[in-house]
Amino acid sequence: MEFETVIGLEIHAQLLTSTKIFCTCSSSFGAEQNTHACPVCLGMPGVLPVLNKKVVEYAIKMGLATNCKIASRSIFARKNYFYPDLPKGYQISQFEEPICEYGHVDIIVEGEPRRIRLTRIHMEEDAGKSIHAEEFVASDETLVDVNRCGTPLIEIVTEPDIRSPREAFVFLNELRQILRYLNICDGNMEEGSLRCDANISIRPKGDTKLGTKAELKNMNSFRGVEKAIEYEVLRQTDIITSGGKVQQQTLLWDDKRMEVQPIRSKEMAHDYRYFPDPDLVPVDVAPEWIEAIRADMPELPAARRERFRTQFKLPEYDAAVLTETKDVADYFEAVAAHIDDAKLVSNWIMGEVLRTLNEQKLDIADFPINPQRLAGLVDLIQKSVISGKIAKSVFTEMLTSTDSAQQIVDAKGLTQVSDSSELDQVINDIITANPDAVERFKAGETKLTGFFVGQIMKATQGKANPKVVNQLLMEKLNKK
Amino acid sequence: MEITRSDVENVAQLAKLKFDDDEIDQLRQQMSSIISYFEKLSELNTDDVAPLSHVLDITNRMRPDEVRESLPQDIALSNAPVSKRGYFSVPKVISND
Repeated sequence: MEFETVIGLEIHAQLLTSTKIFCTCSSSFGAEQNTHACPVCLGMPGVLPVLNKKVVEYAIKMGLATNCKIASRSIFARKNYFYPDLPKGYQISQFEEPICEYGHVDIIVEGEPRRIRLTRIHMEEDAGKSIHAEEFVASDETLVDVNRCGTPLIEIVTEPDIRSPREAFVFLNELRQILRYLNICDGNMEEGSLRCDANISIRPKGDTKLGTKAELKNMNSFRGVEKAIEYEVLRQTDIITSGGKVQQQTLLWDDKRMEVQPIRSKEMAHDYRYFPDPDLVPVDVAPEWIEAIRADMPELPAARRERFRTQFKLPEYDAAVLTETKDVADYFEAVAAHIDDAKLVSNWIMGEVLRTLNEQKLDIADFPINPQRLAGLVDLIQKSVISGKIAKSVFTEMLTSTDSAQQIVDAKGLTQVSDSSELDQVINDIITANPDAVERFKAGETKLTGFFVGQIMKATQGKANPKVVNQLLMEKLNKK
Repeated sequence: MEITRSDVENVAQLAKLKFDDDEIDQLRQQMSSIISYFEKLSELNTDDVAPLSHVLDITNRMRPDEVRESLPQDIALSNAPVSKRGYFSVPKVISND
């Protein structure tokens, strides 16, 4: 029997605000334990949460970027459960009337366009951190750090529209890219600022009824999400093909052992008893506010990819690589503004620039060669002042210098020799010095051209213009 | 609506409370009468009434995203029956982590 996979994702994104969602404690990561705490996020009696306006703006931004309808009225609810990292005994979230609904994200998976619908995006607070594993934790205790309590999150929920682990991966990547373009979440899954849970079921192909789903948690990398879903689909397929039934349960992905573990059923007895939080008044979003937020949004990744293909005539691959982050895309455009040959600029950024960033673990914002200087270098190549090969050594020089490419070329005398009278002599010498090779060439061993060019380049310290060399060399050899 | 013993036990469990048999019976009766009292509301026609999510007629009370000082760690922990190395210490949570 052939099965169809049905996947829905729930994504939590930590927002890059300065303060928590309902109090003025800093929400920055990495502070000493329990030093970002106040009576509100500690859940003291009698305190009142006050909503951070930026959280609403960020949620609306994400809603607009994913084609959602922004609710004109939105309310907060209490989600009740007990866990030590949740001091109040409830999480403030949204249940009825979330801030955004009915969105979609278009992606391309293995050449096929796919539309993934979003059920909703809502605002909520994060919980604290429980420490179980450190050596200083006694066997009968759990330690709690409340710094993360109240860190603002948006939860993005998809419809069960995803049909393969690959599709989940591509969708998640697109979503992360949008979050990062909007500069509202850093998208770091390993550090937990982006988290993804998946609801997975399978059904016989052609069925419209959903199968029993399992909820998969704890996938803390992009690769992990794809691997975990692949594993779970196989597990469910095995169960069904051997006559069994999939149980509705929550599973934890173990990235090291590459398998899933069920969460004990006792912890599963969830009954959150949501109700509107009387401490928080409704949020009304006026159309003017939405338009002001929209006006402040950057061009989004999909639009930018498309523009890079049309405006700069770049191949799809180049457009995707260059628009991966907004900063690299901005860098490319800043260089391309000075150079006619966008593909040449693209090659340099995808090659030398990204390789260097990768090797030196740098962000492009800290890259020592600014767009203007790189444009200066590419310009010299385009004008045949230096060869691509020489350009690479100039590039290396520029990494540790503030000089322009032109200054380095001048100082080191690297200007390409294109003057045929100058090259004539060099080529004649090489030909005279290698009579054997000339004979073999004439006998049909044409690949020896490479040998001659190599010798000429060596004699000119790489400065000979390869085009002119090739042309002159062929003329001379053929005359022999 | 009649509240059953198992309803009371379920709510008690969710609230992490324990009751003996007599208490459960007493709570069952009290909760039944509270629910019945609210059921009176069902007699009203509310077709044209929007659900009330808040009793106050105000909206949009928001603050700017500006950091203010948090409590010092020792004050934050001062109500904790047990703390250790700057953390709250609580009885072990059963978990698969």
